[in-house]
Amino acid sequence: MTALLPLPVVVPLLGAALTLILVNRPRLQRTVSVVALGTNLVVAVLLLVRAHRDGPVVTEVGGWPAPVGIVLVADQLAALMLVVSSAVTLCVLLYSIGQGRAETSESAPVSIYHPTYLVLTAGITNAFLAGDLFNLFVGFEILLAASFVLITLGGTEARIRTGSTYVVVSILSSMIFLAAVGLVYAATGTLNLAQLAGRLDALPDGVRLALQLMLLLAFGIKAAMFPLSAWLPDSYPTAPAPVTAVFAGLLTKVGVYAIIRTETLLFPGGQVANLLMVGAGLTMVVGVLGAVAQSDMKRLFSFTLVSHIGYMIFGVALSTTAALSGAIFYVVHHITIQTTLFLVAGLVEERAGSTDLRRLGGLARVTPLLAVLFFVPAMNLAGIPPFSGFLGKVGLLQAGVAQGGPLPWVLVVAGTVTSLLTLYATSRVWNIAFWRAPQLATAEPVVRLPGLMVGATTALVVLGLALTVAAGPLFQVTADAAVDLRLRTPYVRAVLPGGPP
Amino acid sequence: MRGGGAGPTLVLVIAVGLLTATGVTLLLERSLTRILLGVILFGNGVNLLILVGGRSGVAPVVGAGPEDEMSDPLPQAMVLTAIVITFGLTAFLAAVAYRSWYLGGNDEVQDDVEDQQIVALAARNEVANADLGGEGPGDDPEQVDPEPPQRGPRRPGGTR
Repeated sequence: MTALLPLPVVVPLLGAALTLILVNRPRLQRTVSVVALGTNLVVAVLLLVRAHRDGPVVTEVGGWPAPVGIVLVADQLAALMLVVSSAVTLCVLLYSIGQGRAETSESAPVSIYHPTYLVLTAGITNAFLAGDLFNLFVGFEILLAASFVLITLGGTEARIRTGSTYVVVSILSSMIFLAAVGLVYAATGTLNLAQLAGRLDALPDGVRLALQLMLLLAFGIKAAMFPLSAWLPDSYPTAPAPVTAVFAGLLTKVGVYAIIRTETLLFPGGQVANLLMVGAGLTMVVGVLGAVAQSDMKRLFSFTLVSHIGYMIFGVALSTTAALSGAIFYVVHHITIQTTLFLVAGLVEERAGSTDLRRLGGLARVTPLLAVLFFVPAMNLAGIPPFSGFLGKVGLLQAGVAQGGPLPWVLVVAGTVTSLLTLYATSRVWNIAFWRAPQLATAEPVVRLPGLMVGATTALVVLGLALTVAAGPLFQVTADAAVDLRLRTPYVRAVLPGGPP
Repeated sequence: MRGGGAGPTLVLVIAVGLLTATGVTLLLERSLTRILLGVILFGNGVNLLILVGGRSGVAPVVGAGPEDEMSDPLPQAMVLTAIVITFGLTAFLAAVAYRSWYLGGNDEVQDDVEDQQIVALAARNEVANADLGGEGPGDDPEQVDPEPPQRGPRRPGGTR
């Protein structure tokens, strides 16, 4: 089973090499991509089952034993992230294949799309599986380099303008991360996460706090926490629909995953809990107020994306088992839903010619299927019962109430208000774009949307609904993962069976 | 960097500070070329910082010298990776800056257009999409075409 562990990183990379060779054979290129990501999904599910039953799966890359060599670790949290990200990347890939077949306009993927997309996937899985800080950095860099290419795909003026902001901010956050890695090594003499867990505990409090804040700053930029989130709503919406969807779903969540991992494994004890809570509250409220003011679907969803990052940070800040479990559940839910909404926005753009609310109307009458595809995930995002968004929010708010104290209560109120305002923002989109008299922004509307695009979106909507139906077992897994995260010993013991040297 | 023992030399530490400070200052500029220079300086500062973190000494090869005087090879391995990554990112940023200049005639990072529209709306105390009645979009003087142009004006002699 441990032999399977490197596959989620290696298979997409090999696939990227193959698709690069096959640039002139589009059909074969698509097949290779789909097979690579399909394999990823299967491997991820196997890893999750194994991690849930027998504890973390560890493999030593290159055969060097743990603190010296590089390790890949799939504990329940990493494996769960892997499953969701594989499913989402596969659906988005199918969507973009459908889009590529349908049209030849600017938004259509070019031949470099497939290799880059697979490299992006490899970066994401590498970040999830990384067992040491430097490998995490490399994972981030792989996915960033690929995302730079994807966000400036085609090199048009708008994409270059927004892309340059994205590139500069991402490079800055990488530099901060790298500096933090260097300082952590200087302070402890290791970068292996399991070994760091012990050695960081032995450091003086001040040094430990400085390292923690520096890592938090780097991950906060990537996860788009409030004061560090201004880059996101500007840069995401101009990219092609599938690219925006996968960025919105996964890239920020890799940052959130890194925050969860470092705050629980490396720096437990909640030294920055209050800071995180203030950040989480501001992220929620400021983000959703931004969403209310927007008049373009994609930008509006970019702001709700920022806003809902706050919920996950809230869970991390509380850091109780229930809160972490809720946060992990929320990450899973939000990856699926946010990706779906951006795919639907892409479908609207395809069908009606624009996502600008000032130019849309009456889509529910024109394409009832599209209306259903929008309505279900939109209500799910807003947290209407019985959807998974509601369950995740309730889990987090309950954890907040159980904690008690003024700041958690403020956060509970902020979370509720954010949920209501999200409902307001999404129902505004519904009212304007899907009700009213039919009005399309294009003179020659597409009569039928490509089946593969609609199919892939439907698959994600169904996955979002499945999260609701399977919420019980899923909460069991996330609760188990949260217990492991709080204990720390399962992870450390799996990586260093003989105890830390 | 053989400062006679374990500690890094002061020169290196000062170099790190200087590179980082100038890098950050340049990063605050609006022109992409200056940001690019800033990224290069900042990146090199950070790379040096990693190097400073390790113990200095003789080459870490078994048999080349006494083991307790060897330098720490790990930061050197990490810094190699980091240099390659920084180099790649710098190259991409250079390409973006060139493309930006090629398309727009300058390499300044522009403001967000949509954002300014919303600021203008807020200044006039209006609501976006207050009108639910279904007037045509042609009545709205604020109306912009959200579709980016296919490509900018071509420069004579420019190749794509």
